[in-house]
Amino acid sequence: MFKIISAVISRDLKLAMRRQADIVSALFFFIIVVSLFPLGVGPEPDLLRKLAPGVLWVAALLATMLSLPRLFADDHRDGTLEQLALAPHPLGLVVTGKVIAHWLVSGLPLALIAPVLGIQFDLSTDALVVLTFAILIGTPALSGIGAIGAALTLGLRGGGVLLSLLVLPLYIPVLIFGAGAVDATVTGLGGEGHLSLLAALTFASLGFAPWATAAALKIALE
Amino acid sequence: MLEADNLECVRGERRLFAGLGFRLEAGELLYLQGKNGSGKTSLLRMLIGLLPPETGEIRWKGQSIKSDEFRGDLCYLGHLNAIKEELTPLENLLAAARMADEKLSEDDALDALEQVGLAGREDLACKYLSQGQKRRVALARLVKEKRPLWILDEPFVALDVAAVDWLAGIISGHLQRGGLAVMTTHQLVEIPAGTVRELRLS
Repeated sequence: MFKIISAVISRDLKLAMRRQADIVSALFFFIIVVSLFPLGVGPEPDLLRKLAPGVLWVAALLATMLSLPRLFADDHRDGTLEQLALAPHPLGLVVTGKVIAHWLVSGLPLALIAPVLGIQFDLSTDALVVLTFAILIGTPALSGIGAIGAALTLGLRGGGVLLSLLVLPLYIPVLIFGAGAVDATVTGLGGEGHLSLLAALTFASLGFAPWATAAALKIALE
Repeated sequence: MLEADNLECVRGERRLFAGLGFRLEAGELLYLQGKNGSGKTSLLRMLIGLLPPETGEIRWKGQSIKSDEFRGDLCYLGHLNAIKEELTPLENLLAAARMADEKLSEDDALDALEQVGLAGREDLACKYLSQGQKRRVALARLVKEKRPLWILDEPFVALDVAAVDWLAGIISGHLQRGGLAVMTTHQLVEIPAGTVRELRLS
């Protein structure tokens, strides 16, 4: 079981390394969107501190969305997806591997750069730590839920827009608890409760999403 | 071994075929023939279990093909090559084998690539290969393939004369070992061994 997941992850990481433009463009999108806000709303530390969690999280959602359409599209186009679906093990395992690989190239870099961007919003060290941690444990849920949307819109024309309409509403809980964790830390309430809920969302979506995704992929392959 | 019973295929509003059935035993090859759009590829996709038939049933060793066991016995080569342009031929073979949970050593993979005439190109990304060479990378999978049922969609497309002969040899070797094969093709290639049967869709 783990052999298959790790085989998929290592292949997808190798492909991502040969196509770095994709990773870099999503990351730069995140950096630029977040950096536009302090320039747009002006240099008032109080206001910026209040805005920071929401802005960073919304930008993270959008940056994740950017890479979703290609999650299965390439494998679908060149026939690899058919081969994966015909392997003697459940397709859900393959999807799990692809979701983890997607997180490693799209979610993890966001978490690593987030504290640097948070400084622009005058966040305290505590808040920066919670922000990084929240993005780190929240983004796997984004990759998992996004995979369902990517599978459902596979092979559709204009699937990208439909994908956003389908997936963004499902991202709302992650957004609320993710931004809530940082907010609660800033106001001194402590973000542990939010973080645990965020972790629960991630575990639930990593457990269920691959199987729903696999079912959607089978329909797309018919 | 492989039995199909009363299959019906409907794509969109059109019925492509109905009441189709056949039986294939070890060492037999089934040639599917028919015009473009007569449902050859649809039938193949039914046989591999990706497209559920409207009516009828397909059995492998007496069991429905929905089982995991069937997929463990099946090797399918579609008209898409299922290779990654960014990876080298060697990486493609190894990654595909690992993801299908098959054992394929690097030496075996290199040997297979040499047989398909890609010696010296193992480390070149597939995007620099020609159409025929990409097809050869996909076909290299068959060299070490031990699974009993091969389903091949237009395997001879884009191949030169020498490669067609080589592939016919590989397929007849497979039949001699007691394997089964179903394939579609527009160019009738003489397969020197095994029982060859034909099914014409019209």
